[in-house]
Amino acid sequence: MKKLITFTVNEMGYEVAVAPNKTLTQVLRDDLDLLGTKEGCGVGDCGACTVIMDGKPVNSCLVLAVQADGSTIKTIEGVARGDSLHPVQETFVEMGAIQCGFCTPGMVLSATSLLEKNPHPTEHEVREALSGNLCRCTGYQKIVEAVQEASRRMKG
Amino acid sequence: MKAYNVINTRLPRVDGRAKATGDARYAADLSMPGMLYGAMLQSPLAHAKILNIDTSAAKRLPGVRDVVTWKEAGLVKYGVSPARYDEQVFCSDKVRYVGDEVAAVAAIDLETAMEAVSLIKVDYEELPVLLDIGSAMAEGAIAIHEDFPGNISAEVHQEFGNFEEALKECHIVRTDTFTNKRQDGGFLEPQACLARYDLNGNLTLWSSTQSVHYVQRSVAMVLGIPVGKVRVVKPYVGGGFGPKAAVNAMELAACLMSRRTGKPVKMVFSREQVFLHSRARHQFTHELTTGVKKDGTIFALRNVCHLDGGAYSSFGIATIYYAGSLLGAPYKLPNMKYDGYRIYTNKPTCGAQRGHGGVAARAGWEQQLDIIAAELGMDPVEFRLKNMMQTGDVTCNDFNMSSLGMKECLEGVRDGSNWGAKKGKLPKGKGIGVACGFFVSGAGYPIYRSETFHSTATIRLTEDGGGVNLYTASAEIGQGSDTILGQIAAEALGVSLDDVRVHSGDTDFGVDLGAYSSRQTLMSGHAVKMAAEDTKRKVLEALSEQLNVPVEEMDIARGVIVFKKDKPDFSRLRTLYIKEHRGWADQPSGAELTFREAARVAFITGGVIIGNGAYKPGELGGKYKGAAVGTSPAYGCSAQVVEVTVDEETGKVTIDAMTDAHDCGFAINRTNVEGQMQGSLSMGLGEALFEEVRFDEKGRVANASLGEYRIPTALDMPNVKTIIIESDEPNGPFGAKEVGEGAIMPTIPAILNAIYDAVGVRINELPITSERLFAAMKEKRKK
Repeated sequence: MKKLITFTVNEMGYEVAVAPNKTLTQVLRDDLDLLGTKEGCGVGDCGACTVIMDGKPVNSCLVLAVQADGSTIKTIEGVARGDSLHPVQETFVEMGAIQCGFCTPGMVLSATSLLEKNPHPTEHEVREALSGNLCRCTGYQKIVEAVQEASRRMKG
Repeated sequence: MKAYNVINTRLPRVDGRAKATGDARYAADLSMPGMLYGAMLQSPLAHAKILNIDTSAAKRLPGVRDVVTWKEAGLVKYGVSPARYDEQVFCSDKVRYVGDEVAAVAAIDLETAMEAVSLIKVDYEELPVLLDIGSAMAEGAIAIHEDFPGNISAEVHQEFGNFEEALKECHIVRTDTFTNKRQDGGFLEPQACLARYDLNGNLTLWSSTQSVHYVQRSVAMVLGIPVGKVRVVKPYVGGGFGPKAAVNAMELAACLMSRRTGKPVKMVFSREQVFLHSRARHQFTHELTTGVKKDGTIFALRNVCHLDGGAYSSFGIATIYYAGSLLGAPYKLPNMKYDGYRIYTNKPTCGAQRGHGGVAARAGWEQQLDIIAAELGMDPVEFRLKNMMQTGDVTCNDFNMSSLGMKECLEGVRDGSNWGAKKGKLPKGKGIGVACGFFVSGAGYPIYRSETFHSTATIRLTEDGGGVNLYTASAEIGQGSDTILGQIAAEALGVSLDDVRVHSGDTDFGVDLGAYSSRQTLMSGHAVKMAAEDTKRKVLEALSEQLNVPVEEMDIARGVIVFKKDKPDFSRLRTLYIKEHRGWADQPSGAELTFREAARVAFITGGVIIGNGAYKPGELGGKYKGAAVGTSPAYGCSAQVVEVTVDEETGKVTIDAMTDAHDCGFAINRTNVEGQMQGSLSMGLGEALFEEVRFDEKGRVANASLGEYRIPTALDMPNVKTIIIESDEPNGPFGAKEVGEGAIMPTIPAILNAIYDAVGVRINELPITSERLFAAMKEKRKK
């Protein structure tokens, strides 16, 4: 039987009737049309479905939608302000941190979450924070450099 | 070097903002009103006869709209190369691997489709399961395909020069055996597709593919639809690396069910299905015998290779040739003999993956060359430099190195890594290793025999002159081809990248063989450059008539018309433009006649301005059988130095530093070139250290997830020092050639050679797990 959940996504309130076996990824994509959240594995291995839930990055494929009842969520669609990109998105675009782009939404969210908690991370801290987000294209180097550059820009 | 405005820069990708904001749409993001969801029944057994398929319960389930098996799909054979069409959409007589497709269902939602799949009852009679080359080649082994007794899917025998004679002149002759493991593509986006058959009999398939052209042809052939009525569109693709280059049964099933139901049908692979479909790197076993003269001249090579192909051929018919032809160069090797055997086994089918066919061979051989250098008492860098080919050299198998910055690459990594201060001088447990490699810059021939152009491109200017639309069927799969082709169009036409809108990945836009064999920068790039030059000529011709200035005295650069002699009075044209666009923002102004005004004049005098380009390679070398695999208009090359730390207590390897130099001819986009280099090294590092698709005794994939099949994380990859070498390739657009695959070639052997330098052991079997390395070190201590 479906259950009614109430949650906030990208600063908008939603009420959705969800089946108990639906994951947060599925509800974000299928019910809310927030297709920027990607599903790469469905079992929490790849990090492509990362969203920020109550301030913490989570694999949304491992969260049942009913568990998100009452929570506050940010997806990739909630990171930029209109045309104005977040510094992490800006540096990702400028510095070649994006190739196929499938891991990018999750990477951007993990990176912004890191910089909120730790505005001046070392390279190793960046790598650790992103180690749950797999990327097959870039070898990670330009992603790490972009996060470090975003950190510098956000300082000023 | 000539100065350019748009190319050889670090301009951001044209799709960067869409991807950074989650706006980019991939195949699994697509939907349509009334869409059905498809699911597939795949074999649970590795080898079995199909006695009966009962779909009646599935058909009765409410919400099911279609159930199809071979009876509906037919028995048309398809594959990659017409020489080895050995696949059907659905199995009819037997299943050949765990995951072989048996049936598919379309239903109103995915849950219903999957429930219906579970209701299909198949009676099987189990057959002997052949899981390795040994059992598949054994006397009396059952034939996986009736037409291929002995389970040899393909064999190749080539000799260039005379190997046996050459050995007589060699001072050192040694034989080593090297084997890798089956790798998975590991792209982040599982394959997905959406098929729509309309009331006029037109089929459109949106799919996460590397080649809309090959998929279009396969769909038309298998389903018996005229090719002109089949359109294949590639949305954004989340990585391919080879396995997405061939048509798959899911695409064909979705098309079939859409035609039968009249509804759009969407299908998506699970991650497990990605592993079952595979089409990724083969397991290769190479027996390599190399002969070297006393002075260090590499003189003879014999290569015997066995490939574990899995159940079908796919790209394997090309893989087996590449496993031979991608050795020799970049060294001057006059005598080379190759015997290759690709063997059918009851496992998922292998195909193409980054560095197609050449990666394991290169790893084994470059390690062997390192051993030989040590036996000769030569520094490994000096030994390689001594034997290095140069621009203009031709290999014994007739590959023309029309540009080759190999020496510059090797010297670059030697100096960039401070090799001289480190080789043989690092503390125990730390080591440094070097290796080289090369790769094709586009397959010289299509996968089917044809006179076709390999790439076409069309540019259409908007009627106001303000927009340049580029149409190409090439495939942006993450490697950056939309950006590269946009830059080439902008440079050749004389406008900025912002002015160009790139429309790609659609069979309606022309012919392009797609993203494989590292071909798009060179081949699609040529077509785009020609289309831009054609467009420019048409604009200037129209302008010439209006201004009475000869075409030769004009050019276009940075968005304005360049008058090489006197600037004519163009006020009439400007007034006309401003009058026509009264009230519009951004009217042309200033002392220069803009491209916009010129393009508007061209439209007014001649209608829509369209420029065309079409490319196919010129005459290539090699008249022997198999010469089509490996001949290319150009070859990229690279050298790498890797530094490692080996924990002698555990055998754990840490990659400390990588220095990579790649000759890409000319870097259209320097950031993208570095990205391809770094990504290649990451995939090579994974294959070297931990990637291995494993099977249980029944032929089921034992680690079909990205948790158990480990690809490198941000913590596994060091920073790479990238050195771009530009040798100005005469056969490439603006001198450009490949970087996408060649860069992976030296990675594994450089790691192997660094491990030897660190702890003095040679590893002949990948991956270099802690256990394997620990055992080898223990063995050495015993001796």
